[in-house]
Amino acid sequence: MRAFEYLAPTTIGEAVAALAGKGDGGRFLAGGTDLIVQLRCGVLDVGLVVDVKKIPELNVIAFRPAEGLTIGAAVPCHRIAEHADVARVYPGLVDAVALIGGTAIQGRATLGGNLCNAAPSGDSIPAMIVLEATCTIAGPAGLRTVTVERFCTGPGKTLLNPGELLVSVHLPPPMANSGACYLRFIPRHEMDIAVVGVGASVVLNADRAVIEAARLALGAVGPTPLYAEAAGAALKGKTPSEESFAEAARLAQKAARPITDLRGTEAQRRHLVGVLTRRVLRGAVERAKGGAADVR
Amino acid sequence: MSQDKHSLAGGTNYQVVGTRPPRHDAPDKLTGRALFGPDTKLPGMLYGKMVRSPHAHAHIRSIDTRRAASFPGVYAVVTAQDFRWNEDPGAKLDESAINFAYLQENMLAREKVLYVGHPVAAVAASSNHVAEEAAELVDVQYDVLPAVTDVGAAMRPDAPLLHEHLITQSLSKPGQRPSNVASHFQHVKGDPSQGFAQAEVIVEHEFTTSTVHQGYIEPQACTAWWGLDGNLKVWTTTQGAFGMRDQLAKLLHHPMSSILVIPTEVGGAFGGKLPIFIFLEAVAALLSRKANRPVKMIMTRAEVFLATNPTSGAYLKAKMGATREGRITAVQAELYFEAGAYPSASVIGYFGFAMGFMFAPYDLPHGQIDAYDVVVNKPRTAAYRAPGVTQVNFPAEQLIDELAVKLGMDPIAFRLKNVVHQGSELIDGTSHGSIGAEEVLRAAQSSGHYGSPLQGPHHGRGVAQGYWGNWGAHSSCAISVNGDGTVSLVSGSIDLSGTRTTVAMQAAEVLGLSLERIKSSVGDTDSIGYTEMSGGSRTTFATGIAAITAAQDVVSQMRGRAALLWGVEVQDVSFDQGIFTTHRGGGRQMTFAEVAERLAETGGPVTGRANVDPQGWGGAFGTHIVDVQVDPETGKVDILRYSVVQDVGKAVHPSYVEGQMQGGAVQGIGWALYEGYQYNARGDMLNPGFLDYKIPTALDVPMIETIMVEVPGPNHPFGVRGVGEIPIVPPPAALANAIYRATGVRVTDLPMTPVRILEAMGVI
Amino acid sequence: MSAKTRVNAKINGEQVEFLCEPRQSLLECLRDILGLTGSKEGCNDGNCGACSVLLNGRVVNSCLVLGVEVQGQEVITVEGLADWRGLHPLQQAFLDHAALQCGYCIPGILIASKALLDRETNPSEERIRTWLAGNLCRCTGYDKIVRAVQDAAARLKQARREVNS
Repeated sequence: MRAFEYLAPTTIGEAVAALAGKGDGGRFLAGGTDLIVQLRCGVLDVGLVVDVKKIPELNVIAFRPAEGLTIGAAVPCHRIAEHADVARVYPGLVDAVALIGGTAIQGRATLGGNLCNAAPSGDSIPAMIVLEATCTIAGPAGLRTVTVERFCTGPGKTLLNPGELLVSVHLPPPMANSGACYLRFIPRHEMDIAVVGVGASVVLNADRAVIEAARLALGAVGPTPLYAEAAGAALKGKTPSEESFAEAARLAQKAARPITDLRGTEAQRRHLVGVLTRRVLRGAVERAKGGAADVR
Repeated sequence: MSQDKHSLAGGTNYQVVGTRPPRHDAPDKLTGRALFGPDTKLPGMLYGKMVRSPHAHAHIRSIDTRRAASFPGVYAVVTAQDFRWNEDPGAKLDESAINFAYLQENMLAREKVLYVGHPVAAVAASSNHVAEEAAELVDVQYDVLPAVTDVGAAMRPDAPLLHEHLITQSLSKPGQRPSNVASHFQHVKGDPSQGFAQAEVIVEHEFTTSTVHQGYIEPQACTAWWGLDGNLKVWTTTQGAFGMRDQLAKLLHHPMSSILVIPTEVGGAFGGKLPIFIFLEAVAALLSRKANRPVKMIMTRAEVFLATNPTSGAYLKAKMGATREGRITAVQAELYFEAGAYPSASVIGYFGFAMGFMFAPYDLPHGQIDAYDVVVNKPRTAAYRAPGVTQVNFPAEQLIDELAVKLGMDPIAFRLKNVVHQGSELIDGTSHGSIGAEEVLRAAQSSGHYGSPLQGPHHGRGVAQGYWGNWGAHSSCAISVNGDGTVSLVSGSIDLSGTRTTVAMQAAEVLGLSLERIKSSVGDTDSIGYTEMSGGSRTTFATGIAAITAAQDVVSQMRGRAALLWGVEVQDVSFDQGIFTTHRGGGRQMTFAEVAERLAETGGPVTGRANVDPQGWGGAFGTHIVDVQVDPETGKVDILRYSVVQDVGKAVHPSYVEGQMQGGAVQGIGWALYEGYQYNARGDMLNPGFLDYKIPTALDVPMIETIMVEVPGPNHPFGVRGVGEIPIVPPPAALANAIYRATGVRVTDLPMTPVRILEAMGVI
Repeated sequence: MSAKTRVNAKINGEQVEFLCEPRQSLLECLRDILGLTGSKEGCNDGNCGACSVLLNGRVVNSCLVLGVEVQGQEVITVEGLADWRGLHPLQQAFLDHAALQCGYCIPGILIASKALLDRETNPSEERIRTWLAGNLCRCTGYDKIVRAVQDAAARLKQARREVNS
């Protein structure tokens, strides 16, 4: 690891100012479970690391029924998974967040970091996409907001300009009769990067017999997590059934752009998109009907 | 006297052997006090770092160390030029013939690099970070050559040659021109063509296994200190301190007595830390001599995967024939093993093991096995428990299973129909000694697991059986009696998982002492006689015999002292369970402690000694039973239940024997389902880390049930047999057979990943 | 090499001060500067758990925490589990169940297990296995480790009952 300077500011302004003018020569540090690995193996080489864990806005986790859920970018996964309101209201998010690494990784890794690392397989990202999350970003010019599905622009790349800091992620309050679910496929039972990940959210009508809206998002089958808009749209107005799930799965497979790499083959991934889409829709519908989804 | 409530009654009344006392080294390991290879700390210590080839196959054109040498904080730089090269190929060492030139080239390359990670230079600096930065400043120029990482590709006539002068050694088919096939060996028994002609059912398949790593959590690490007086001290994590010392003496052209190897605690080895291959120690020693400071070198996890010694992947063809009644008539196999960058088979001896043990559980009239050792641009291969045997068990036990299915026979009944007994001849012409093959199969057959129902779609139960021959070899032990009746025991056997205790338990049994009265330690190369490395499942057997013999020597001397104290002849003194007795003078008794208190007045200290090389050890059989559930949409395998049935001879410490059975089985599960080196076309290993080289986690396996069968091992006073290696042999075949029953398809390639299972099922 | 930072932290209950470069991990600081070699390096990238320590009561991989990040924080390592009265019930359970072989992974597993038993009094086998999935062991096959944790949970529950009664 090259030597670097370390700063731990306590305000957003200080943090943004610290990286201003450094171009690609500095990075923000939250949980460190991706950044430190990348610095150590030489994938990243920076002269300045700015620790954002002391900034109050980045440590917020607040839920209000009318407004929704705000999670600061430096909140570690375990706090999110253990938060009573989050577990109750956004189980589809907890599905994903609780899968990031094992116990020790959960102790440090953050939702913000998982998003900013922008791995195509980042587990939290498809879950946030289907829950219509938005990101608040601070920069030299002030604050701006973008939808999560636009945030990642390529493997390891985001739309953040140099010096911009992800402050928090916001999830709107869930609609009535809605449910969300995230599933992934890994070869072992823990500790693996997703071979394929699929997130789904559905909104059912008042008598829970018809899907009014649905969103699907795919991980690890493209250069970024993919918002499979057509696959979700195809479910509008349909009854939840194996037939309608199968049709959505087919469209999701069509939207996927998998490759063959050391973790999986193209054929396997495309096949798994279909399998996981059906399973995750079953889970989301179960939750929308008020039940518990068996997410394993 | 401790009478542990967990003690096994067994067939004999032992006081200590068969009980479950706490381990001598456990408190230190539980509190973080135990010192492993990376934990050594010395004043003024520097940190060493290797410079390694980024290419799988290349000529070294030049090495320029000037920038590195002048980097602030760097104290020494070495290359192959700093060594005196030993030009005698085939030099013998430790009674295992190795090509010493290959060992030297592997340690630091001179002209050619043969795998990614092959060392070419090393630096010593004030911190590990400085050493890392300095290593990047060593400028090496390469002429890159095409690489070959697959056995099949390496054998083609147009394949790039790793060693320009390597000609196939073979008794029956010696090579004519240089090739990548280092050696060929063959066993023939009876008349295979006649045997197959008699068969009424024949099964035949091709199989592959991947390169797998022993996966010990502690990386290779050592600290070397070359003093100005010429004495070299090396602290290192190794399976054999004496082997290490003798190798260093030869590499450094230094007298053995001037080299002290102090073995640290070892954080896992399984055949990957044999003193036959020296990775760091000689280089660290030279850096230390140049810098006049101690030098520590610790491998990173990537270096461990890239540049130590995984075990061979293989390409295997196997064929088996049987009568309709279920009697095997003939077997045939062609085994192509990866040697890695240097010829390997003769070094570890795995030709002998793989060929000899592949069909060792079966009574075979006819058979032929041809085995080939093929060099490829990968790190040199070594043992991963039971070297070569897991690779050949995978095809053998699947053929057995397939025959059983075709003949409509229960898989254990089929094996019993062909079971071996004492005197049965193996394919290599040797004969089985006293073995527990039938007992193990019957115990598996009558086990609760085998008798339990297994229901549900995509559920399947698989069985596989294996054999490992175990080992004896040289061991040395000394037992000194202390004035309070306690004793100190020192042996030369590195303790990988509790043998300092199981060895001491055997001495305790002879001395009639409780285990708390024995302090058991592992000596360094100055403090005890030559002892062979720990491996081959030999320690509890051979070093146990050394401890028993040394204890008997102690008893004999102490009887003499008692005789002196009583004024009687030594033949009038008997010893039993810690008490000396004479019938003379009205009958008198003394405890061990009472005699010990008076050693000073009866002739001075008592030390019992033994240097042994025991023969006639017994081999071990294991049968594994596994229940799986396979997800037909994803190909994922869940293990529902796993049992290990094994002939353990006599379990000196049953908990440790169980631990070997469980640990070896889980390693085999990883080999079967998750593990394998992955390469790109350039010869780069793609997964040199624990993220993508996937060893089983606690969530991947269930409790591992153990059923210990005790058929006393021959030539050991307590009937001990080696137990540590056989458990890794059957799991891949057992799982393949279970997957077959769950899905209807046979997977013939390891690892049996979800992709392979889906492909075999025709789903993708 | 960059200038060193002064770090003040509580390690195993004791206030400690040390100097380190920002690029030195907490694991390096514990092992190389503070002489606490109980925490081990197995992979240096968060995939094996041999370096696990408690940071403010939570299990973390100390290889993925910088030394400078623990300024003002509390760290517990394996060296902090036993005290003058003897082994921690977890350590005793591991001893009694022969739940270690080479012992290299054990400090990390003890730390992780302690964090679990600090939170849950009666974890199921599956819960224990899930919790420990990030602590790799190559020797034991995990069987005796899981049994030892279950037994330690029972002992701790019993001890709490005795304290409360």
